[in-house]
Amino acid sequence: MHDDALSETRSESRSAPTAEAELERRFEAMIADEVRIEPRDWMPEGYRRTLVRQIAQHAHSEIIGMQPEGNWITRAPSLRRKAILIAKVQDEAGHGLYLYSAAETLGIDREDLLDLLHTGRQKYSSIFNYPTLTWADMGAIGWLVDGAAIMNQVPLCRCSYGPYGRAMVRICKEESFHQRQGFEILHTLSHGTPAQKAMAQDAVNRFWWPSLMMFGPPDAASTHSAQSAAWGIKRFGNDELRQRFVDMTVPQAQALGLTLPDPDLRWDERSGHWRFGAVDWDELDRVIRGDGPCNAQRVERRRTAHEDGAWVRDSAEAYAAKHADTTRATAAA
Amino acid sequence: MSTPAAAAGPAPGGTSTTEPLVAYLLGLGDDALVLAQRLGEWITRAPQIEEDVALANIALDLLGQARVLLTRAGELEGAGRDEDALAFGRDERDFRNVCLVEIPNGDFAVTTARQLVFSAYQCELWSALRDSADPVLSGLAGKAVKEAAYHRDHATHWVLRLGDGTDEGHRRMQAGLDRVWPYVDELFAADDVAAHLAGVAVDPPSLRAPWSAYVEDVVARATLTVPSPTWHARGGRRGLHTEHLGHLLPEMQHLHRAHPGARW
Repeated sequence: MHDDALSETRSESRSAPTAEAELERRFEAMIADEVRIEPRDWMPEGYRRTLVRQIAQHAHSEIIGMQPEGNWITRAPSLRRKAILIAKVQDEAGHGLYLYSAAETLGIDREDLLDLLHTGRQKYSSIFNYPTLTWADMGAIGWLVDGAAIMNQVPLCRCSYGPYGRAMVRICKEESFHQRQGFEILHTLSHGTPAQKAMAQDAVNRFWWPSLMMFGPPDAASTHSAQSAAWGIKRFGNDELRQRFVDMTVPQAQALGLTLPDPDLRWDERSGHWRFGAVDWDELDRVIRGDGPCNAQRVERRRTAHEDGAWVRDSAEAYAAKHADTTRATAAA
Repeated sequence: MSTPAAAAGPAPGGTSTTEPLVAYLLGLGDDALVLAQRLGEWITRAPQIEEDVALANIALDLLGQARVLLTRAGELEGAGRDEDALAFGRDERDFRNVCLVEIPNGDFAVTTARQLVFSAYQCELWSALRDSADPVLSGLAGKAVKEAAYHRDHATHWVLRLGDGTDEGHRRMQAGLDRVWPYVDELFAADDVAAHLAGVAVDPPSLRAPWSAYVEDVVARATLTVPSPTWHARGGRRGLHTEHLGHLLPEMQHLHRAHPGARW
């Protein structure tokens, strides 16, 4: 309510002829005061473009992220696990939809964004280019991948752009639920038969390093970080979030009775942090460039679904046009 | 609705008085389970993201129904089989679903046609079973009737959009109905098991008239034609399936079967 009232005042004052510099100054003041920027507010073109890119890529990640887990829906080993997995993938589709809506408030169509995804001109999270080879991967994804996502996303709940921040509040609630479910899958496996425990360990071995890569390149090599921080889009550095993730995860691995595949991992009493080995940044570069194990397959699946469904969407549109009068009459009645 | 089925005497060759009810519950449970499995195949492949959500939602509802029905069947059977033992431990000759639910998804029109037929059937079924003498069945029916109404509404809107949209939509939707209609009769075939269960089960032929009234109206409004198939599927309730089920089950069951006795 309070925010709405503010945007009213702001858009009224905007009608007076004001120099770009004055608009920019007011924008900076709003950011400094932590007043949320709303769709009708003036914003620098760079801020808008950065947000479109980030929100769209976040949305794409939710949509592409349905695939590695969708891969196990028909094969889940119990009906309870199958139900949980379907619900989770459904949540991810819902998150994608919220985020596309948030991006649309910045003046771009979802159709255009999907096109950018399908033609490889916009990216999605590198993690979803890894294959899900066993059931235990459902646990590792929930625990590690969703865990890393939460670390990244909780600060975004306070992002300076209102629609994005509000979407993140809803998304983070569901993500933390998913993360607990993933932990529970691994816990059951690691306390099950020797074969199940080995399956759990193998999944953690494969997903550990890619999860650390989800925080992005080291701060020194991160191109967008400084500007995003100044705009209140990003609140913590990549390395800081990565360190928090490691500190949170190591004790959880111990509780699971599983090891993490890093011989250099050790507790540093002095700093109060877990120190970890070197991440293979060449691998991250490769995967981001499109040369990961599943990049081609993931985009191809999206593109095929979209192309195969074109006649369905066309027919729905033709039906809506044909019946627009009836619909209006019904609504008016 | 006076004679509880459980007291209606043993089934032919049966050893327990509850056996017809077990068979009945397995039939309805397998319908829901197998169709949920088919709908699960759509997720990440739907024509738009909203449909990924909707199909997942319907699959979840059906899976929930299956779990209640299989759990109840396992309890009445008294052989220590839970929902997972029944879902993952039986072979295709022991599955009792109607053939309709096991046919492949095909294109979106085939899936939509199958969903219209099945959810309209389930609306009538659950509506009648709300008065079942079996408390679990009547309890489930009270909830499931609302779910089926939502599924039917969703399918109805798509049949209209496809049938009365573009020429290609019309052609494909008619082909979808043609593909699915041979499996309709089996839903309403008189059934020995249900016949043993007066007061507990529903006599399938009694559901046909209200089902037809609803479905034929939708097909007509969609400017489509109700097909008149020359062959008809039968036998699913006796474990005589199409060749499709033998491919669906190994995919669904392999992990569970590869780790006997494991918990998940």
